[in-house]
Amino acid sequence: MNEYQELSWQGLWKNNPAIVQLLGLCPLLAVTMTVVNGLGLGLATTLVLIGSNCTVSLVRNMVPNEIRIPIFVMVIAAFVTVIQLLMNAYTFSLYESLGIFIPLIVTNCAIIGRAEAYASKNPVKYAAFDGLMMGAGFTAILVILGGMRELLGSGTLFAGANLLLGDWATILKVTVFEPENPFLLAILPPGAFLGMGLLIAFKNALDRRVESWVVTPSEEKTVQRARVTADS
Amino acid sequence: MASSPHQRVKRTTGQVMRLVIYAGIPGLALQTWFFGYGALIHFAIAALTVIVTEAAILEMRKKNFETAIKDSSALLTAFLIAICIPPFAPWWITVIGSFFAIAIVKQLYGGLGFNLFNPAMAAYVMLLVSFPVQMSTWAIPQEMSQFPQSFSDSFSIIFTGFSAEGYSIEQLRTHIDGYTLATPLDAVKTAVSQGMTVQESFQGAIFEKGLGVGWFWINAAYLLGGLLLLKLKVINWHIPGGVIAGISVVSLIMYLTDDGLYTSPMFHLFSGGLMMGAFFIATDPVSASTTNRGRFIFGFGIGLWTYIIRTWGGYPDAIAFAVLIMNMAVPLIDYYTQPRTYGHRSGHNKAIKAKDSDKQSGS
Repeated sequence: MNEYQELSWQGLWKNNPAIVQLLGLCPLLAVTMTVVNGLGLGLATTLVLIGSNCTVSLVRNMVPNEIRIPIFVMVIAAFVTVIQLLMNAYTFSLYESLGIFIPLIVTNCAIIGRAEAYASKNPVKYAAFDGLMMGAGFTAILVILGGMRELLGSGTLFAGANLLLGDWATILKVTVFEPENPFLLAILPPGAFLGMGLLIAFKNALDRRVESWVVTPSEEKTVQRARVTADS
Repeated sequence: MASSPHQRVKRTTGQVMRLVIYAGIPGLALQTWFFGYGALIHFAIAALTVIVTEAAILEMRKKNFETAIKDSSALLTAFLIAICIPPFAPWWITVIGSFFAIAIVKQLYGGLGFNLFNPAMAAYVMLLVSFPVQMSTWAIPQEMSQFPQSFSDSFSIIFTGFSAEGYSIEQLRTHIDGYTLATPLDAVKTAVSQGMTVQESFQGAIFEKGLGVGWFWINAAYLLGGLLLLKLKVINWHIPGGVIAGISVVSLIMYLTDDGLYTSPMFHLFSGGLMMGAFFIATDPVSASTTNRGRFIFGFGIGLWTYIIRTWGGYPDAIAFAVLIMNMAVPLIDYYTQPRTYGHRSGHNKAIKAKDSDKQSGS
């Protein structure tokens, strides 16, 4: 596996910022009421991640070790401001519905975590790709969780896609069913925690299942080793 | 005697669970008498759902579901859900609640003995948060209703939303004199928030001598069942005693401060689900504290939280919220109330103190 494949595998699955590192839970749980909200915040976070990773990687040899964290935070804050102004200009309704959670991307631990753990030690091309993959992994979870909650809570998918993509996207809205009594829990914060827990459990179960297919031969090896010890 | 390993009466889990259900029968009977057959029908729906859910999930977990179902713990959960749910609630409320209680709250945490939260109460809170309209539409006492319901009326309301004669839930909740009645706790809360005194709110038809019509007798029946459980040593006195002490102490203090704004301890003890909560719900051996001192603190906390949420919170009754909050505190309570090991001087407390002082000097 070369470096790019390794980074993709880490960001999208093995070390996914949302369901393995459990970073950035505050926006993850707070805005995933719909697919579109999740996608919007995910894209914003990804752009900030790529930008901050590039910049941090560029300045990594100039930054004194003692004050690296404040510098990283300022770099991230600058990119978040850029994104915030862009969203304010081009996707105003989405900007309003995400509200405080756009400026709060600054405090998203996934971003400072990647800056500290990866970008500050690696060349720009890898750091940028790492930002892209970590952002994609984070976005994927936001979209899945948003989909689960939107489907259970209001029976639709992609409602409000026009806020993000322009007016043509209104046709993307899929009404799966029209609930007479919406399942409010799914839309309220506890639903986010429950959905998140189920996603993590699902990933762990899947990993264990896959491992059990792959690992079987190595178990035989341990048996052999035990026999050797017994003989000697 | 301290904790569960020293039980003198040998009973299987199934026997204990069934005894608790039997002790709840007087309460269920009176609930049926005052509020119609809804509770019985919901019990049937809930029982069916929990058994199917438990069997299906245990089958998926490759465990023997027959023994698990014979221990009746799921049936007790169904019983508790059924008596908490409003009698007019539609059937799918019970199905969703029972499924949630067994699948999510009980089995996903590892099944009987591993659940952190009381399944019935977690399900109740889930329903209350998700479907506030259906979950806060209580029936009014039969003797006061314009149209008392027969069994087929209750059945028809639960499955279609209208009684057999075609009356809506709102009509059935209408007093003979033509106005809708709230539950006693709700009535007092609304009146006080509108600037009336408690005494003025007691003028309403739902009250009799300052207690809710029907509710007093239902609570008394659960108290009776609870005392029976105490006598049979199915539960100890610590948890129910704690709940009753907790709510009595606070409500007495507040009542003596201002009896126009705060109701008497007697009203709090015999309103809503207090007795049922104290004797049947808080005493769940899995999710409650396991030491005797801890059990009393656990119960006291439930009483305290119930009073706080009833008086200043957004919901009229609060047993379920109080139980869940105290469930979360159980590990902490257990940690600080570990009993002295036989033959040792209270070493555990010293160890805690030593650790704490270490931390303080360290920081």
